[in-house]
Amino acid sequence: MRRLSLGKWLLPLYVALAVVFLVTPIVQVIIYSFNDSRRNNTIWGGWTLDKWLNVCDQQGVCEAFGTSVAVGVVATLIATVLGTLLAIALGRYRFRGRGSTSLLLFLPMATPEVVLGAGLAAQFLAVGMPKGFWTIVIVHALFCLSFVVVTVKARVASLDPALEEAGRDLYGSGPQVFFRVTLPLLTPGIVAAALLSFALSFDDFIITKFNAGQVTTFPLWIYTKKTPPAEANVIASAIFVLAIVAVVVVQVAAAARRKRLGITR
Amino acid sequence: MAAAGAFAEAGADLELVGIHKRFPGFTAIESLDLTIPAGSFFALLGPSGCGKTTTLRLVAGLEQPTSGRILIGGKDVTDVKPFRRPVNTVFQSYALFPHMTVLENVAFGLRRRRIADPSGKAHEALQLVELDHLAQRKPQQLSGGQQQRVALARAIVNRPALLLLDEPLGALDLKLRRQMQLELKTIQQEVGLTFLHVTHDQEEAMTMADTVAVMNKGEIEQMGSPEELYELPRTVFVANFLGQSNLFTGEVRGDSGEVVVVDVAGVGVAVPKARAQRHRGRVTIGIRPEKLLLHPAAPEPAAGVNVLGPGRVVDVSFSGVSTQYTVAIPGIGDVIVFAQNMVFGPVVNAGAEVWVSWGVEHGFGLADEGPEGDERFADDTSTGSLARQTREELLEELGEA
Repeated sequence: MRRLSLGKWLLPLYVALAVVFLVTPIVQVIIYSFNDSRRNNTIWGGWTLDKWLNVCDQQGVCEAFGTSVAVGVVATLIATVLGTLLAIALGRYRFRGRGSTSLLLFLPMATPEVVLGAGLAAQFLAVGMPKGFWTIVIVHALFCLSFVVVTVKARVASLDPALEEAGRDLYGSGPQVFFRVTLPLLTPGIVAAALLSFALSFDDFIITKFNAGQVTTFPLWIYTKKTPPAEANVIASAIFVLAIVAVVVVQVAAAARRKRLGITR
Repeated sequence: MAAAGAFAEAGADLELVGIHKRFPGFTAIESLDLTIPAGSFFALLGPSGCGKTTTLRLVAGLEQPTSGRILIGGKDVTDVKPFRRPVNTVFQSYALFPHMTVLENVAFGLRRRRIADPSGKAHEALQLVELDHLAQRKPQQLSGGQQQRVALARAIVNRPALLLLDEPLGALDLKLRRQMQLELKTIQQEVGLTFLHVTHDQEEAMTMADTVAVMNKGEIEQMGSPEELYELPRTVFVANFLGQSNLFTGEVRGDSGEVVVVDVAGVGVAVPKARAQRHRGRVTIGIRPEKLLLHPAAPEPAAGVNVLGPGRVVDVSFSGVSTQYTVAIPGIGDVIVFAQNMVFGPVVNAGAEVWVSWGVEHGFGLADEGPEGDERFADDTSTGSLARQTREELLEELGEA
């Protein structure tokens, strides 16, 4: 008699269940973006392309989306530039306060968002800064900074210091070595950090909620609706599809590049 | 300074004056004075951790000396930034820029100095190392040996007054290393630059360099031509780091004009005075294994010949051109003899009773006091297995004597 093989049946079953569990909500969102809903998008009303073709008809959705993108871009820019410089400093040099700086940078990641959001809101109140677009940008840049530093620092650590020394040895001044050697070699890490940073900013609800004032970002807009309209599903689905396309393009490009360089892995 | 912006016409002298380098927690270079004449191929030889790479980095400007001056071609460059020094380095890891093609790598230094026709000159340098056909490749697509040559081309294309090589052949396999040793030597003679080569491979240093400086614990133990260092080492460390040596320690018991006679376990061994660093007290003397002759019977005592024995052959190992015999002589310890393979099979077999002899003129006397009271000698952990081995051998001899 053959023994029951756990690996043969149980593992694929487990994987299948896990995939279904992960994908179901996304698929649901995509399907309901085609729902011909009236007032409530939880009730199926038949297929339609209307919501996809006239997304902006719904009051405020495109405006909120635009705000989210703008916040994400500006916050990402700030966080990426500052975070990259910090990561290089922390990864390359030994200085007073290096340890405590590293620790402090982990704090925003470790602190519960509610605490961070409420605390920041209190600070803005204390200094009398009116809440709005720029307060959102500031708080987003703040919590993205930690993630950028962690991501870029890993790249800095894997960078052979001899490369920069070779740059200096080959008559490169400080700025020349930085822009021609260090920065190009850190680029993959910086790009990854920027993408992560944008995704975190776009996604954030709790911290934003505390510091947005009258401004509405996309997650805030969805939250204000009793039941999110199908237009929200359209935008969510579009972002999902874009993200998948981006990942596939990057993977294919990387594979092509490896093939071109003759690197086999 | 003028060197940035123009090619060096020829190599320049390098002078290190009273260099001392401390890192937090340890001293890398104790006190270093060194002059390397223009156009020479100079090797700094030593075990890892002896301070040779630090010396190189000081010259390149990648480290600052704690005290002392560095002069290139008579100009003090101690406080000059690395990118303003007329010096280029071939790094141990090659440090080729992975995001640039081979050609861009080689032209990098030329472009930074705004020298006319960087691509043309880079192509010329690549032709010199016979890699011009790979100019458009990325470094990752090249083999180790090819990368090494690109690194060399990237450095010499700038015509530095001084070229620094940091163990540049360390990562290559033996055959390629031999080939590159010859190529480097040829290129050095062709371009006439001053080469400062750092290595821990004594054979590499001896093959390539005009002058070798043996470094140990942040100081230069001995400096000279490879022949001089090999034939007349002055310290135990040099005697063992460059090739193998049989070392004996004993009191000087006689002094007759030309030679000193040392008591080695009751036997008088003569060493030419001119080849001995010290002529009195307790001394260590040595003889290279290939200078020894094996005798199956006690040789007739003759003037100008030292004889030790009888001993027993404990090991015979064949290595192609020669056979290595290990002879255990009571009271003295193991003596190694290299004999050329003039006949088929070993001259004597393990277990045979033999005597060893050598011409007095081949012996050398070392400056070290021997194992007693010599801190460097007794407390030597970083100088590699050879030095440790010697110490054990000497202690054994001492115990038996």
